[in-house]
Amino acid sequence: MKTDRILSILFILPSFILVGIFIYGFIGWTGWVSMVNWRDVFPDFTFVGLRNYARLFQHFRFVISMKNTLVFTVLFLLSSISIGLLLAILLDRKVRFEGFFRTVYLFPMAVSFVVTGVVWRWILNPGTGGESVGLNWMLEKIGLGFLKSGWYTDPNIGIKAVVIAAVWQMSGYVMALYLAGIRSIPTELYEAAQLDGANVFQLYKHIVLPLLRPVTLSAVIILGHISLKIFDLVFAMTGSGIGFSCDVPALFMYDTTFRGNYFSQGAAIAVILLLCVAVLIVPYLTYSIRTEVRR
Amino acid sequence: MRLSRFFLYLVLIIFVLFYLMPVYVLVVTSFKSFKEISLRTMWIPPKEISFSSFVRAWYGDKSKGLRGLSGNFMNSVYLTVPATLISSILGSMNGYVLTKWKFKRANLVFALLLFGMFIPYQSILIPLVQVLQKTKLYGTIPGLILVHCVYGIPITTLIFRNYYSTIPSDIVEAAKIDGAGFVKIFVRVLLPLSGPAFAVTAIWQFTSIWNDFLFGLVVTPNPSVQPITVALNNLAGSYFVEWNVQMAGALITAFPTLIVYIFLGKLFMRGLLSGSLSGM
Repeated sequence: MKTDRILSILFILPSFILVGIFIYGFIGWTGWVSMVNWRDVFPDFTFVGLRNYARLFQHFRFVISMKNTLVFTVLFLLSSISIGLLLAILLDRKVRFEGFFRTVYLFPMAVSFVVTGVVWRWILNPGTGGESVGLNWMLEKIGLGFLKSGWYTDPNIGIKAVVIAAVWQMSGYVMALYLAGIRSIPTELYEAAQLDGANVFQLYKHIVLPLLRPVTLSAVIILGHISLKIFDLVFAMTGSGIGFSCDVPALFMYDTTFRGNYFSQGAAIAVILLLCVAVLIVPYLTYSIRTEVRR
Repeated sequence: MRLSRFFLYLVLIIFVLFYLMPVYVLVVTSFKSFKEISLRTMWIPPKEISFSSFVRAWYGDKSKGLRGLSGNFMNSVYLTVPATLISSILGSMNGYVLTKWKFKRANLVFALLLFGMFIPYQSILIPLVQVLQKTKLYGTIPGLILVHCVYGIPITTLIFRNYYSTIPSDIVEAAKIDGAGFVKIFVRVLLPLSGPAFAVTAIWQFTSIWNDFLFGLVVTPNPSVQPITVALNNLAGSYFVEWNVQMAGALITAFPTLIVYIFLGKLFMRGLLSGSLSGM
């Protein structure tokens, strides 16, 4: 019995050590690097306290990238969740070829963000010399020419153009989450509501939507953490854009650290990024594990 | 009622067009030959089907200094297959202990593991590069394999833990009474039942490791070692490359995971949903 206990510890120990070092140890090390004066290829571990953070908040690129992240997150969450919910509700109305629709809506999830970035960079290419190409050409042909835009090359739009590609990739996933949620609602509830004379809209408003609240919470958590750390899509699609109009903290961190060799500044950006994600994730994890234990 | 059905299908079909538009562009463009490529005609199907874009994307063009993707495709295979296997095995071991041999504070350990799934990898990149350089694993495929195994542990553990908690503990208790020990129960009782969980984990890990870009970019500066996503980005970023070659490259890069998705869609979906914590 005792050997079994020891064996069970030995089983989990490799993962435990690896995660301890590679996640928690490394986070601690990054925190330390963010408070030293390492601004060259060669490490310099002179302690400077929070100076790198103070500098960061005065850095125009950091301010822009944080603002962009906020805009990106809000638009990306709102669009993905509303499209995902709409598609799930529609698909649940006994649609023919449901499998086909689901397959189409979900497939972008299987593709790398880099592929998405490369393809959408082309589709949203505004062209040169006033000639419409890509989506602009398409919009012109179907009589929606007024929607034409410079997309990611227009500093006023910038990051919002990236949202289109991100929604293309992730909204199908939200649909899948909601569809699974809707299908897990017991049919007795529907029947009872119908016996009470509820019409379709009442059914959704009073029964389905309230029961889908936990799904919305999961969707917000998943999309939110993806959104805060988005990197590959922006990197491949636009780079930081004109006047940093497409810049995000993860990209800023990469440039600062691995192109500019300003390691301490990069570490400070990373720590702030981690704190943003932690604010979202830690309460959620604590909550889910507590409720699970109670169950 | 008729009319509302009509609008229902109309909306669904409009969304189908939205999701398939990039696929259309990809396919139409990559089957064009160089002389047919111009931004103005990007939506128009090729006059004649040409495979030259794929050939150029795959083999490259030495005279123009264009690296082909073939080597990087194989790098991704050498990276993805072992990393998927190892991280799945680690996940099954952890899942077994965390459900059938619960220790004090097991839930805390699990929560700490899960948090690793959500962290922005920027917060570990600097020490990661330092450690890989010290251990001579920087810029190598084994280095990347190690990275993906480690950062895959949270999700694989989650999937196996969820799966094993659906297997009644009575089976384990019965085996104990029969005199089976820790390892024997795992190998003889749990593993034979683990097929579905391994399938889900393998698909999830295969897809996310194949699609990874950040680790490849940071850990492998040498183009001959880079995984295909990084190589695709370099290909698309160079000035001399035509659109048709880029689009063919994108199709080649997306091909393996799309195949997985098409043939193992149900399991892919299950992997997605367990990644969402909805199984908790």
